[in-house]
Amino acid sequence: MLYRTAGQFKTSYQADQALFPVRQDAVLLAVILAFAWVIFPLTASEFTFQTLLIPILIYSLAALGLNLLTGYAGQLSLGTAAFMGVGAYACYKMVTLMPWLNPIVAILFSGVFSAGVGVAFGIPSLRIKGFYLAIATLAAQFFLVWLFEKWGWLYNYNASGAIQVPNLEIFGVYVAGPQASSIVQYFVVLGVVTLLTVVCINLTRGNLGRTWKATRDMDIAAELIGINLMRSKLTAFAVSSYVVGVAGALFVFMWRGAAEPNLFDIPLSFRILFIAIIGGLGSVLGNYLGAILIVGLPVLLNTLPEALGIPISSATVEHLNIMIVGSLIVFFLIIEPHGLARLWALIREKLIIWPFPH
Amino acid sequence: MLNDIFIKPFVDMFTAPDFLLQVLWEGLVSGILYALIALGFVLIYRSSRIFNFAQGIMVVFAALTLVGLHAMGVPAWICVILTLGVMFVLAVSIERVVLRPLVGQPDIILFMATIGITLFLIGLGEIIFGGENKVMITDELGIPTDSLVLEPWGGLLILEQKDITAVVVAALLVVALLAFLNKTRMGRAIRALGDDHQAALSVGISLQQIWVLVWFIAGIIALVTGIAWGARAGVSFALEVIAYKALPVLMLGGLESITGAIVGGLLIGMLEKLFEIYWGQPLLGGNTETWFAFVLALIVLLFRPQGLFGERIIERV
Repeated sequence: MLYRTAGQFKTSYQADQALFPVRQDAVLLAVILAFAWVIFPLTASEFTFQTLLIPILIYSLAALGLNLLTGYAGQLSLGTAAFMGVGAYACYKMVTLMPWLNPIVAILFSGVFSAGVGVAFGIPSLRIKGFYLAIATLAAQFFLVWLFEKWGWLYNYNASGAIQVPNLEIFGVYVAGPQASSIVQYFVVLGVVTLLTVVCINLTRGNLGRTWKATRDMDIAAELIGINLMRSKLTAFAVSSYVVGVAGALFVFMWRGAAEPNLFDIPLSFRILFIAIIGGLGSVLGNYLGAILIVGLPVLLNTLPEALGIPISSATVEHLNIMIVGSLIVFFLIIEPHGLARLWALIREKLIIWPFPH
Repeated sequence: MLNDIFIKPFVDMFTAPDFLLQVLWEGLVSGILYALIALGFVLIYRSSRIFNFAQGIMVVFAALTLVGLHAMGVPAWICVILTLGVMFVLAVSIERVVLRPLVGQPDIILFMATIGITLFLIGLGEIIFGGENKVMITDELGIPTDSLVLEPWGGLLILEQKDITAVVVAALLVVALLAFLNKTRMGRAIRALGDDHQAALSVGISLQQIWVLVWFIAGIIALVTGIAWGARAGVSFALEVIAYKALPVLMLGGLESITGAIVGGLLIGMLEKLFEIYWGQPLLGGNTETWFAFVLALIVLLFRPQGLFGERIIERV
């Protein structure tokens, strides 16, 4: 009933292939965007910005990048965090070497560096497949994190070995660093995420996305119908690493404020892989749903015992958290291996014919 | 520079052969442990095509259970038996709760499920036993802790007896495992399942039983690894990191091959120590052990995509 598509006729191919062939989808998205751009900024507290809104957006962007590679092009990667690190360090070097540079431009440009590194580590994918490739991407993970630690030039030879985000401003408003306010940072993150999401949706619907999907589904068959596998795989690595790198720059500049090399260690990679898989491989929407679950759940679990008045030490809560997240991952994989996005698609199908089942 | 890379390390090796031997020995011992963890991976991968990421945490969990039970005042040998019981219960519950509902799902889903198990076990272990570093009960288990001092070519070579014990036990374990896989009914069933699930099912091999069995064997291997590594470095969750080292071992040796796991483990253990001592520390600032194995495996894989001993990958359209 809510989703009744009766009466929405398509009279041209263009209309049929539009981004939102169903009007209700467009309305729903408009409502979500209105919440994200207007209502949340007006109502959210500092705590909500810092623990929920900003991290959810950044994590979903990183998961989106990984999803392009794993979900659309079928190349499993376990090195996401390292590519985020490349983006963050590249951005840091740019703003410290060229302080006049607009920070948003720096953030968007930092993805280019991680794209380059991503392509370099993507070359083995031409020979190696499946789990062998996944372990090969771990080489990137461990090597790059080691490099972040040992290559002093990257962090300007700080005594601490960590990068510290300086105060950066655009037109007199601080957007990064200790003096920036959460709401400004939220808008920057939201803007970048919205922009890249639109780009990614269109990429996956276009020619490039179709060659990726063909490569994922059966690479030999794809090659036989004339797809250049090398170009397909390497563009997937490049675009994916670009998005992941931008997410990494946002991660440090708009949220954490400082970063040590081990921030980009393997648990972060797994976290993003969880988001992409629980959200649904090969879907854009899934990344957001997955990020809401994976970021929101620990926050909820942390506040729940206090709200209910159960006295548990914070260490126990943290360990319980890990256990619950672990079991939830297994739980979600069992009830819906194709992820939350598939769950939503099923609900939507039900809604279209509701209340008449046939 | 070129001298530092190509000549000096080898000169160092030949001028101090006893030190070289010591480095190789250290590498061999850690290589044995990598090989043991890789063995657990290979067993599970062969019988069920599951890439079991939880093998590393099973090592930690087994060692923690052993030490934790002993701290409660249980005699050492009964602890070992009880721990084996715990690993059995773990195997049964993993099969029942996680694997059975996921039969037939794509590989990556099963892989993610084992990461879920990993997180669950980390949380559980921390809650029950606490996260602090514990000392492995080597004396109580009868593992000698003295060291053996040899003097080859007038140099000095120190072999710790617990390392020698670890090497011997690991070798025995591998022999026992190979005998079990090749000579017994159960072992043949495991191998049959690895070759072809449906054919194995159609001749009456029970998938569920074999999975429990395989996970239990992986648990036994985990316990042995946990004792051996715990005796060297103490029991803590940092042990989990060495599980990552088993991954390049698997790549190098091939995911299906037991021989590959052992040879790959020893090779990587020794080569990464050699590289760290002779190239990493003087030239690259050290700590190269975190990535060397992966890069090495990556380079080998560029030339042999199925690893050194893996089954040849044949692709048909």
